Amino acid sequence: MLTLNQTLEQILTLAAAHFKVAREKLAPDDDFFRTLGINSLQTLELLTRLENHFQIELPDYELQGVSDFRMLAERIQARL
Amino acid sequence: MKKFEGQALSWGLTDGVVELALHREPCNEIGLLTLEELERFAAALEKVKSEAHALIIYSSLKCGFSAGADLKELFRISQEMDRDEAVKGVRNYLERIHRVMNAIDASPLTTIAAVHGVTFGGGFELALVCDLIIADKMARFCFPELRLGLIPGFGGIPRLKRDLGNAIVRDLLLTGRSFNATKAQQVGLVSQMVAEGELLKVARATALQLKKFDQRTAMAAKEFIKPIPYEELRREIEIFCELFAQPAVEAGENSPKARRLNLIYRE
Repeated sequence: MLTLNQTLEQILTLAAAHFKVAREKLAPDDDFFRTLGINSLQTLELLTRLENHFQIELPDYELQGVSDFRMLAERIQARL
Repeated sequence: MKKFEGQALSWGLTDGVVELALHREPCNEIGLLTLEELERFAAALEKVKSEAHALIIYSSLKCGFSAGADLKELFRISQEMDRDEAVKGVRNYLERIHRVMNAIDASPLTTIAAVHGVTFGGGFELALVCDLIIADKMARFCFPELRLGLIPGFGGIPRLKRDLGNAIVRDLLLTGRSFNATKAQQVGLVSQMVAEGELLKVARATALQLKKFDQRTAMAAKEFIKPIPYEELRREIEIFCELFAQPAVEAGENSPKARRLNLIYRE
Protein backbone atom coordinates (compact mmCIF):
# COMPACT_ATOMS: atom_id res chain seq x y z
CA MET A 1 0.00 0.00 0.00
CA LEU A 2 1.40 3.35 -1.04
CA THR A 3 1.71 6.20 1.44
CA LEU A 4 0.11 9.52 0.60
CA ASN A 5 3.54 10.99 -0.17
CA GLN A 6 4.38 8.11 -2.50
CA THR A 7 1.05 8.57 -4.30
CA LEU A 8 1.71 12.29 -4.57
CA GLU A 9 5.17 11.72 -5.97
CA GLN A 10 3.86 9.30 -8.59
CA ILE A 11 1.15 11.79 -9.60
CA LEU A 12 3.73 14.55 -10.04
CA THR A 13 5.98 12.26 -12.08
CA LEU A 14 3.11 11.11 -14.29
CA ALA A 15 1.80 14.65 -14.82
CA ALA A 16 5.28 15.88 -15.73
CA ALA A 17 5.75 13.05 -18.23
CA HIS A 18 2.27 13.38 -19.74
CA PHE A 19 2.47 17.13 -20.24
CA LYS A 20 6.19 17.14 -21.00
CA VAL A 21 7.31 19.49 -18.26
CA ALA A 22 10.30 19.09 -15.96
CA ARG A 23 9.34 17.21 -12.79
CA GLU A 24 11.08 19.81 -10.59
CA LYS A 25 8.73 22.50 -11.92
CA LEU A 26 5.77 20.84 -10.22
CA ALA A 27 5.09 21.18 -6.50
CA PRO A 28 2.43 19.41 -4.37
CA ASP A 29 0.44 22.56 -3.65
CA ASP A 30 0.47 23.87 -7.21
CA ASP A 31 -2.84 24.58 -8.90
CA PHE A 32 -2.42 22.06 -11.71
CA PHE A 33 -4.75 23.91 -14.06
CA ARG A 34 -2.50 26.96 -13.78
CA THR A 35 0.92 25.33 -13.47
CA LEU A 36 0.38 22.95 -16.34
CA GLY A 37 -1.78 25.40 -18.28
CA ILE A 38 -4.28 22.67 -19.06
CA ASN A 39 -7.92 22.82 -20.08
CA SER A 40 -10.74 20.51 -19.03
CA LEU A 41 -10.04 18.09 -21.88
CA GLN A 42 -6.41 17.71 -20.83
CA THR A 43 -7.50 17.30 -17.23
CA LEU A 44 -9.60 14.35 -18.33
CA GLU A 45 -6.55 12.89 -20.06
CA LEU A 46 -4.63 13.22 -16.80
CA LEU A 47 -7.48 11.58 -14.90
CA THR A 48 -7.50 8.64 -17.32
CA ARG A 49 -3.72 8.36 -17.13
CA LEU A 50 -3.88 8.32 -13.31
CA GLU A 51 -6.71 5.77 -13.24
CA ASN A 52 -4.77 3.48 -15.56
CA HIS A 53 -1.58 3.87 -13.54
CA PHE A 54 -3.11 3.30 -10.11
CA GLN A 55 -5.68 0.82 -11.47
CA ILE A 56 -8.53 2.64 -9.78
CA GLU A 57 -11.77 4.23 -10.83
CA LEU A 58 -12.13 7.88 -9.86
CA PRO A 59 -15.47 9.41 -10.84
CA ASP A 60 -14.81 12.85 -12.27
CA TYR A 61 -17.31 14.52 -9.92
CA GLU A 62 -14.89 13.67 -7.12
CA LEU A 63 -12.52 16.15 -8.71
CA GLN A 64 -14.99 18.95 -8.17
CA GLY A 65 -13.10 21.65 -6.29
CA VAL A 66 -9.80 19.78 -6.57
CA SER A 67 -7.14 21.93 -8.14
CA ASP A 68 -3.83 21.07 -6.45
CA PHE A 69 -1.80 17.89 -6.63
CA ARG A 70 -2.00 17.21 -2.89
CA MET A 71 -5.80 17.15 -2.89
CA LEU A 72 -5.74 14.99 -5.98
CA ALA A 73 -3.41 12.56 -4.19
CA GLU A 74 -5.83 12.41 -1.25
CA ARG A 75 -8.72 11.55 -3.57
CA ILE A 76 -6.67 8.82 -5.24
CA GLN A 77 -5.37 7.50 -1.94
CA ALA A 78 -8.97 7.00 -0.79
CA ARG A 79 -9.48 4.63 -3.73
CA LEU A 80 -6.32 2.52 -3.38
CA MET B 1 -19.54 7.22 -54.48
CA LYS B 2 -16.46 5.54 -53.12
CA LYS B 3 -14.71 8.54 -51.69
CA PHE B 4 -15.76 11.78 -50.04
CA GLU B 5 -13.79 14.61 -48.48
CA GLY B 6 -16.04 16.82 -46.41
CA GLN B 7 -15.50 19.61 -43.91
CA ALA B 8 -16.53 17.52 -40.91
CA LEU B 9 -15.83 14.02 -42.11
CA SER B 10 -14.42 11.95 -44.94
CA TRP B 11 -14.88 8.42 -46.12
CA GLY B 12 -13.46 5.95 -48.55
CA LEU B 13 -13.89 2.32 -49.61
CA THR B 14 -10.84 0.09 -49.89
CA ASP B 15 -10.78 -3.70 -50.17
CA GLY B 16 -14.34 -4.04 -48.93
CA VAL B 17 -13.83 -1.83 -45.91
CA VAL B 18 -15.50 1.57 -45.62
CA GLU B 19 -13.60 3.95 -43.36
CA LEU B 20 -15.38 7.02 -42.02
CA ALA B 21 -13.02 9.57 -40.45
CA LEU B 22 -14.40 12.37 -38.28
CA HIS B 23 -12.33 15.55 -38.37
CA ARG B 24 -14.30 18.59 -37.37
CA GLU B 25 -12.36 20.81 -34.97
CA PRO B 26 -12.27 21.20 -32.05
CA CYS B 27 -13.52 17.73 -31.10
CA ASN B 28 -16.02 16.49 -33.67
CA GLU B 29 -19.03 18.25 -32.20
CA ILE B 30 -22.07 17.06 -34.11
CA GLY B 31 -23.88 20.12 -35.41
CA LEU B 32 -25.77 20.84 -38.61
CA LEU B 33 -22.71 20.59 -40.86
CA THR B 34 -21.73 17.18 -39.47
CA LEU B 35 -25.34 16.05 -39.64
CA GLU B 36 -25.58 16.99 -43.34
CA GLU B 37 -22.39 15.11 -44.12
CA LEU B 38 -23.50 12.12 -42.05
CA GLU B 39 -26.72 12.06 -44.09
CA ARG B 40 -24.64 11.98 -47.28
CA PHE B 41 -22.59 9.20 -45.76
CA ALA B 42 -25.67 7.13 -44.84
CA ALA B 43 -26.92 7.43 -48.44
CA ALA B 44 -23.50 6.45 -49.81
CA LEU B 45 -23.26 3.51 -47.41
CA GLU B 46 -26.50 2.12 -48.81
CA LYS B 47 -25.04 2.30 -52.34
CA VAL B 48 -21.80 0.48 -51.55
CA LYS B 49 -23.25 -2.30 -49.41
CA SER B 50 -22.78 -4.93 -52.11
CA GLU B 51 -19.06 -4.10 -52.40
CA ALA B 52 -18.22 -3.84 -48.72
CA HIS B 53 -18.29 -6.08 -45.67
CA ALA B 54 -17.15 -3.77 -42.89
CA LEU B 55 -17.29 -0.18 -41.73
CA ILE B 56 -14.81 1.49 -39.39
CA ILE B 57 -15.72 4.83 -37.81
CA TYR B 58 -12.88 6.72 -36.18
CA SER B 59 -11.64 10.23 -35.45
CA SER B 60 -8.49 11.68 -36.91
CA LEU B 61 -8.39 14.39 -34.23
CA LYS B 62 -6.13 14.03 -31.20
CA CYS B 63 -8.76 15.12 -28.67
CA GLY B 64 -10.88 12.05 -29.13
CA PHE B 65 -13.70 10.37 -31.01
CA SER B 66 -16.32 13.08 -30.45
CA ALA B 67 -17.42 15.49 -27.72
CA GLY B 68 -21.05 14.94 -28.79
CA ALA B 69 -23.81 17.17 -30.07
CA ASP B 70 -22.92 20.78 -30.79
CA LEU B 71 -25.15 22.13 -28.04
CA LYS B 72 -23.76 25.63 -28.35
CA GLU B 73 -24.98 25.74 -31.94
CA LEU B 74 -28.29 24.23 -30.92
CA PHE B 75 -28.81 26.80 -28.16
CA ARG B 76 -27.68 29.67 -30.38
CA ILE B 77 -30.18 28.76 -33.09
CA SER B 78 -32.92 28.14 -30.53
CA GLN B 79 -32.39 31.54 -28.93
CA GLU B 80 -33.41 33.19 -32.19
CA MET B 81 -36.81 31.46 -32.11
CA ASP B 82 -39.79 31.36 -29.80
CA ARG B 83 -40.05 28.26 -27.62
CA ASP B 84 -42.53 26.33 -29.80
CA GLU B 85 -40.48 26.99 -32.90
CA ALA B 86 -37.30 25.97 -31.10
CA VAL B 87 -38.79 22.68 -29.93
CA LYS B 88 -39.99 22.01 -33.47
CA GLY B 89 -36.50 22.68 -34.77
CA VAL B 90 -34.94 20.39 -32.18
CA ARG B 91 -37.38 17.62 -33.04
CA ASN B 92 -36.50 17.93 -36.72
CA TYR B 93 -32.78 17.81 -35.89
CA LEU B 94 -33.25 14.72 -33.71
CA GLU B 95 -35.36 12.93 -36.29
CA ARG B 96 -32.67 13.53 -38.91
CA ILE B 97 -29.85 12.28 -36.69
CA HIS B 98 -31.95 9.26 -35.65
CA ARG B 99 -32.44 8.34 -39.31
CA VAL B 100 -28.67 8.38 -39.81
CA MET B 101 -28.00 6.41 -36.62
CA ASN B 102 -30.67 3.85 -37.48
CA ALA B 103 -29.25 3.45 -41.00
CA ILE B 104 -25.77 2.68 -39.65
CA ASP B 105 -27.24 0.44 -36.94
CA ALA B 106 -29.17 -1.56 -39.56
CA SER B 107 -26.39 -1.65 -42.13
CA PRO B 108 -25.62 -5.09 -43.55
CA LEU B 109 -21.94 -4.33 -43.03
CA THR B 110 -20.31 -5.26 -39.75
CA THR B 111 -19.60 -1.94 -38.10
CA ILE B 112 -16.72 -1.02 -35.83
CA ALA B 113 -16.34 2.15 -33.76
CA ALA B 114 -12.65 2.73 -33.11
CA VAL B 115 -12.62 5.24 -30.29
CA HIS B 116 -9.99 7.17 -28.39
CA GLY B 117 -10.04 10.10 -25.98
CA VAL B 118 -13.30 11.91 -25.43
CA THR B 119 -16.28 9.78 -26.47
CA PHE B 120 -19.05 11.84 -24.95
CA GLY B 121 -22.76 12.36 -25.47
CA GLY B 122 -23.64 12.17 -29.16
CA GLY B 123 -20.19 10.76 -29.89
CA PHE B 124 -20.81 7.94 -27.44
CA GLU B 125 -24.20 7.43 -29.10
CA LEU B 126 -22.55 7.18 -32.52
CA ALA B 127 -20.22 4.49 -31.15
CA LEU B 128 -23.21 2.64 -29.69
CA VAL B 129 -24.83 2.13 -33.11
CA CYS B 130 -21.82 0.06 -34.14
CA ASP B 131 -21.57 -3.72 -33.74
CA LEU B 132 -18.17 -3.58 -32.05
CA ILE B 133 -16.40 -0.90 -30.06
CA ILE B 134 -12.63 -1.04 -30.04
CA ALA B 135 -11.11 1.44 -27.61
CA ASP B 136 -7.72 2.99 -27.08
CA LYS B 137 -6.88 2.68 -23.39
CA MET B 138 -7.10 6.48 -23.05
CA ALA B 139 -10.72 6.55 -24.26
CA ARG B 140 -13.30 8.02 -21.92
CA PHE B 141 -17.09 7.64 -22.12
CA CYS B 142 -19.79 9.89 -20.68
CA PHE B 143 -23.38 11.03 -20.98
CA PRO B 144 -23.18 14.59 -19.57
CA GLU B 145 -26.65 15.66 -20.73
CA LEU B 146 -28.32 15.72 -17.31
CA ARG B 147 -26.00 18.57 -16.37
CA LEU B 148 -27.95 20.59 -18.94
CA GLY B 149 -31.39 19.46 -17.90
CA LEU B 150 -31.62 17.05 -20.83
CA ILE B 151 -31.28 13.36 -21.58
CA PRO B 152 -29.15 11.93 -24.40
CA GLY B 153 -31.06 12.52 -27.63
CA PHE B 154 -29.28 10.53 -30.34
CA GLY B 155 -30.55 7.13 -29.19
CA GLY B 156 -28.07 6.64 -26.39
CA ILE B 157 -30.27 5.27 -23.63
CA PRO B 158 -32.15 2.64 -25.65
CA ARG B 159 -28.91 1.47 -27.26
CA LEU B 160 -26.98 1.40 -24.02
CA LYS B 161 -29.85 -0.60 -22.46
CA ARG B 162 -29.61 -2.98 -25.40
CA ASP B 163 -25.98 -3.68 -24.59
CA LEU B 164 -25.63 -3.30 -20.82
CA GLY B 165 -27.42 -3.93 -17.56
CA ASN B 166 -29.85 -1.30 -16.35
CA ALA B 167 -27.80 -0.48 -13.22
CA ILE B 168 -24.75 0.69 -15.16
CA VAL B 169 -27.00 2.66 -17.53
CA ARG B 170 -28.56 4.44 -14.55
CA ASP B 171 -25.13 5.10 -13.06
CA LEU B 172 -23.84 6.70 -16.26
CA LEU B 173 -27.01 8.65 -16.94
CA LEU B 174 -27.93 9.86 -13.47
CA THR B 175 -24.46 10.76 -12.19
CA GLY B 176 -23.27 12.20 -15.51
CA ARG B 177 -19.83 10.80 -14.71
CA SER B 178 -17.34 9.59 -17.24
CA PHE B 179 -15.55 6.26 -17.19
CA ASN B 180 -12.47 4.93 -18.86
CA ALA B 181 -11.90 2.14 -21.37
CA THR B 182 -10.94 -0.39 -18.71
CA LYS B 183 -14.27 0.08 -16.97
CA ALA B 184 -16.07 0.08 -20.34
CA GLN B 185 -14.49 -3.25 -21.18
CA GLN B 186 -15.30 -4.67 -17.73
CA VAL B 187 -19.00 -3.88 -18.16
CA GLY B 188 -19.07 -5.32 -21.68
CA LEU B 189 -19.29 -2.16 -23.72
CA VAL B 190 -15.87 -2.39 -25.31
CA SER B 191 -14.90 -5.59 -27.09
CA GLN B 192 -11.17 -4.86 -27.40
CA MET B 193 -8.93 -2.41 -25.61
CA VAL B 194 -5.69 -1.48 -27.31
CA ALA B 195 -2.49 0.41 -26.55
CA GLU B 196 -2.23 4.07 -27.48
CA GLY B 197 -1.61 4.55 -31.17
CA GLU B 198 -2.67 1.01 -32.13
CA LEU B 199 -6.36 1.67 -32.62
CA LEU B 200 -6.68 1.79 -36.39
CA LYS B 201 -4.29 -1.11 -36.91
CA VAL B 202 -6.40 -3.32 -34.64
CA ALA B 203 -9.68 -2.11 -36.16
CA ARG B 204 -8.37 -2.88 -39.66
CA ALA B 205 -7.15 -6.32 -38.59
CA THR B 206 -10.62 -6.99 -37.17
CA ALA B 207 -12.25 -5.84 -40.42
CA LEU B 208 -9.97 -8.24 -42.31
CA GLN B 209 -11.12 -11.12 -40.11
CA LEU B 210 -14.78 -10.24 -40.86
CA LYS B 211 -14.12 -10.67 -44.56
CA LYS B 212 -13.69 -14.43 -44.08
CA PHE B 213 -17.38 -14.91 -43.35
CA ASP B 214 -20.40 -15.00 -45.62
CA GLN B 215 -22.00 -11.56 -45.40
CA ARG B 216 -25.59 -12.84 -45.47
CA THR B 217 -24.84 -15.10 -42.52
CA ALA B 218 -23.20 -12.23 -40.65
CA MET B 219 -26.22 -10.05 -41.34
CA ALA B 220 -28.65 -12.75 -40.14
CA ALA B 221 -26.61 -13.08 -36.93
CA LYS B 222 -26.56 -9.33 -36.47
CA GLU B 223 -30.32 -8.97 -36.94
CA PHE B 224 -30.88 -11.77 -34.44
CA ILE B 225 -28.67 -10.44 -31.66
CA LYS B 226 -28.87 -6.68 -32.23
CA PRO B 227 -32.48 -5.63 -32.74
CA ILE B 228 -33.06 -1.91 -33.13
CA PRO B 229 -35.24 -0.57 -30.28
CA TYR B 230 -37.38 1.67 -32.52
CA GLU B 231 -40.20 2.22 -30.03
CA GLU B 232 -37.84 3.39 -27.27
CA LEU B 233 -35.95 5.55 -29.74
CA ARG B 234 -39.20 7.33 -30.65
CA ARG B 235 -39.98 7.79 -26.96
CA GLU B 236 -36.53 9.23 -26.37
CA ILE B 237 -37.19 11.98 -28.94
CA GLU B 238 -40.48 12.81 -27.20
CA ILE B 239 -38.86 13.04 -23.76
CA PHE B 240 -35.96 15.11 -25.09
CA CYS B 241 -38.37 17.57 -26.72
CA GLU B 242 -40.50 17.78 -23.54
CA LEU B 243 -37.38 18.54 -21.49
CA PHE B 244 -36.07 21.01 -24.05
CA ALA B 245 -39.28 23.01 -23.61
CA GLN B 246 -38.83 23.17 -19.82
CA PRO B 247 -37.28 26.08 -17.91
CA ALA B 248 -34.54 23.71 -16.63
CA VAL B 249 -32.90 24.08 -20.00
CA GLU B 250 -31.53 27.59 -20.06
CA ALA B 251 -30.81 28.65 -23.60
CA GLY B 252 -27.59 30.44 -24.39
CA GLU B 253 -23.98 29.41 -24.31
CA ASN B 254 -23.29 31.78 -21.42
CA SER B 255 -25.98 30.41 -19.16
CA PRO B 256 -24.84 28.64 -15.99
CA LYS B 257 -26.17 25.36 -17.32
CA ALA B 258 -24.32 25.61 -20.60
CA ARG B 259 -21.11 26.42 -18.75
CA ARG B 260 -21.60 23.24 -16.78
CA LEU B 261 -21.24 21.35 -20.03
CA ASN B 262 -17.54 21.92 -19.56
CA LEU B 263 -16.05 18.46 -19.70
CA ILE B 264 -14.95 18.35 -16.12
CA TYR B 265 -16.34 19.86 -12.95
CA ARG B 266 -14.53 22.97 -11.81
CA GLU B 267 -17.41 24.73 -10.05
